[in-house]
Amino acid sequence: MRLYEFEAKEVLRRARVPLPKSVMARTPEEAETAASEVGGPVVLKSQVLSGGRMKAGAIKFAEDGAGARAATAEILGITVNGQQSVGVLVEERRDVAQEYYAAVTWDGRAKRPVIIFSDMGGIDIEEVAEQHPEHLSRTHFSNLAPLSDYQAKVAVSRVGVTGNDLGPLTRIVAALVKVFVERDMTLAEINPIGKLADGTFVALDSHMDMEQEARGTHADLLRSLGIPDEDTRMARPPTEFEIAGAKVNDADTRGVAGNITEFDGNLGLIIGAGGGSLTLFDAVRAAGGNPANYCEIGGNPSVAKAAALTKLVLSKPGVDKIAVMMNVVSNTRADMMARGIVKGVIEAGYDPAEKIAIFRIPGSWEEEGFAILRKYGVEFVDRSVSMHEAAARAVAKMAGT
Amino acid sequence: MAMFIRVDIDESVQADEALKKSLVEVCPVDIFALDGGRVVTLDANLDECTLCDLCIQAAGDRVQVVKLYRE
Repeated sequence: MRLYEFEAKEVLRRARVPLPKSVMARTPEEAETAASEVGGPVVLKSQVLSGGRMKAGAIKFAEDGAGARAATAEILGITVNGQQSVGVLVEERRDVAQEYYAAVTWDGRAKRPVIIFSDMGGIDIEEVAEQHPEHLSRTHFSNLAPLSDYQAKVAVSRVGVTGNDLGPLTRIVAALVKVFVERDMTLAEINPIGKLADGTFVALDSHMDMEQEARGTHADLLRSLGIPDEDTRMARPPTEFEIAGAKVNDADTRGVAGNITEFDGNLGLIIGAGGGSLTLFDAVRAAGGNPANYCEIGGNPSVAKAAALTKLVLSKPGVDKIAVMMNVVSNTRADMMARGIVKGVIEAGYDPAEKIAIFRIPGSWEEEGFAILRKYGVEFVDRSVSMHEAAARAVAKMAGT
Repeated sequence: MAMFIRVDIDESVQADEALKKSLVEVCPVDIFALDGGRVVTLDANLDECTLCDLCIQAAGDRVQVVKLYRE
């Protein structure tokens, strides 16, 4: 889940990261008062869970309270990438001598967290990585070993920072690492860290994403930030179809059959196993298919649960067929899945041979599963057919080829 | 209605109180239940049968698990 800038900055403030003075305002009137509190020229920043604020005109500057009020009225009317602002952060405007970039995130390939630091902050970090790689450092660390400021110091010094700047920047980056690890973040970023004319540093903007599954663990933090449980921070509210999917999963504790996301396509997907959902969804798209949904199934769900999910997917208007595909399964049983899917299709009033475009669940108990599929005339493949090939066959079947 | 599994219980089981209790206890998916002193199968749970054979180990050939999709 993503935090708004004003929430991320509160997290940083508690971690003792130096920040410019700022006040959150929900209305133009509040912004006027806030500007007086902050004092002097201010920057007004729309609070949305999206980048592109400057380009959208959702960041403005004002010299005084009246100017802040007028600017806020404008900002609140601007949507940024389809998102309506929840307010405006009124922040003191500082003259910055140099900007730095610091982030902590996960490196999926290295399977470790990584500190990314650059002395070229304030701009797109991907651009820096491509065009000025010597200005960017990547420093991996262990999130199991005790945290050490030394790793932060290495990250900062790798781009050539020395002298009086090294200490304060190290402290900021070390604090960011601590927030990342202790609060189960997937991204903790400050961009830019501004070096002011007097040689001090402040975090001028921040972006934080927390693991969705960590919400319960960090309920204390979320409560203290004023984030209610019902504020899911998803891109849009769940659809009725998605809510029904969650109910299918919650109704039976055996295995997983849920996490449905609705799309507009005509091919229903029952997919999963060890990252298989994402791979298979992408494979269907790559083959030119139009998924009706994304979902996750695995952990050996009961027959009833698999059947309920199948019926739900088939109940979605516009779904012509379903593709049942998983990675090679071990704890999930292919035969139980076959039973559930076939049962769901029949209970929905369809012929499994006609409605199931392809069934690819190789692995545990597959021979029993194949026997079931043979009985009902369902086309199935084993592990000798890749997930991508299975997806392509399903898409081809939709096209009638 | 069960589509994939049928469990046949020999009538002699009904006279064996310990075995009837054992069948109810060993099944991990609650296929067996006692009803008016008789051990019966619950239709809603039959298709959840994991083919673990625990009922067969308890009752020998007096209980048979039939895979309807193999017939």
